[in-house]
Amino acid sequence: MAKLTIADLKKIKEEYHQGLREGGFRARITVHMGTCGIAAGARGIMNTVMEELAKSNLKDVAITTSGCAGLCSQEPMATIELSGEPPVKYISLTEDKMRKIFTEHVVGGKPVKEYALVVGHETTY
Amino acid sequence: MEDISLHILDIVENSICADAKRIEIILSLDAEHDLFRVEINDDGRGMDPETLAKVRDPFFTTKGKKTGLGIPLLAQAAEQTGGELILDSAPGKGTQMSVAFRWSHVDRPAIGSMTDTLMTLIAGHPDRDFVYEERAGDRVFRFDTREIKSDLDGVPIAAPAALGAIRDLLKENIQQFE
Repeated sequence: MAKLTIADLKKIKEEYHQGLREGGFRARITVHMGTCGIAAGARGIMNTVMEELAKSNLKDVAITTSGCAGLCSQEPMATIELSGEPPVKYISLTEDKMRKIFTEHVVGGKPVKEYALVVGHETTY
Repeated sequence: MEDISLHILDIVENSICADAKRIEIILSLDAEHDLFRVEINDDGRGMDPETLAKVRDPFFTTKGKKTGLGIPLLAQAAEQTGGELILDSAPGKGTQMSVAFRWSHVDRPAIGSMTDTLMTLIAGHPDRDFVYEERAGDRVFRFDTREIKSDLDGVPIAAPAALGAIRDLLKENIQQFE
């Protein structure tokens, strides 16, 4: 059985408690992970989000995945939702685009309009 | 799909849509019989016989869209190596999938990165539990997020520091097949 080492656990706990922010998550990143998204590279986008999140040391960002949004030809897609603001749906992502979105939108609070499809809620499956 | 690990991610996302709380992924290589097997077992809501009979149809889906390609694509990938995809499911009993590939077949897709697939699942669905097992010859590697969560002692599994440590752990231990 694979286990984390004691040293790993100590470090993880220290880092987690140092950066803990009260009041829940400020941002939610949803990477669309339907069959179409996965075939188009969504897993690489998710990897990029995890890398950027680790680098940024932010503790108030939640990441999740969703299914097909019905726009298969525009995959990979991700939705960024900042607390109190409508979600922004980004399309035709690459890892570089995702990095820019992370820096400017998730960290900086300013949506990257040139990569965005739409602002607002819609039904996802 | 470029490789088997992407198919696995896709199928496990189905398990999650079916409200599975615990999903088991087992990869095993039986070199003697030239057989590579992927098993995915979940405790989701399961399928009735009518649904089960239709899941191989690329134009059948339960998700309110027009296509459902995940299972047909994986079945095709297995069948083109002389293998097969077997599904067993019943309401309340979860779903068990077993996919066999002929290991040496020229059309067998690469396995790809199971680390990336598992990290995507763990980070995206920290509330679910995943068991991963690899078997080849005498070597067995087993990973269970319930044990990791218990070791983390209250720190969320999706905390970036925890994810980093889990990625390192998986990278060290996975990829024994190729």
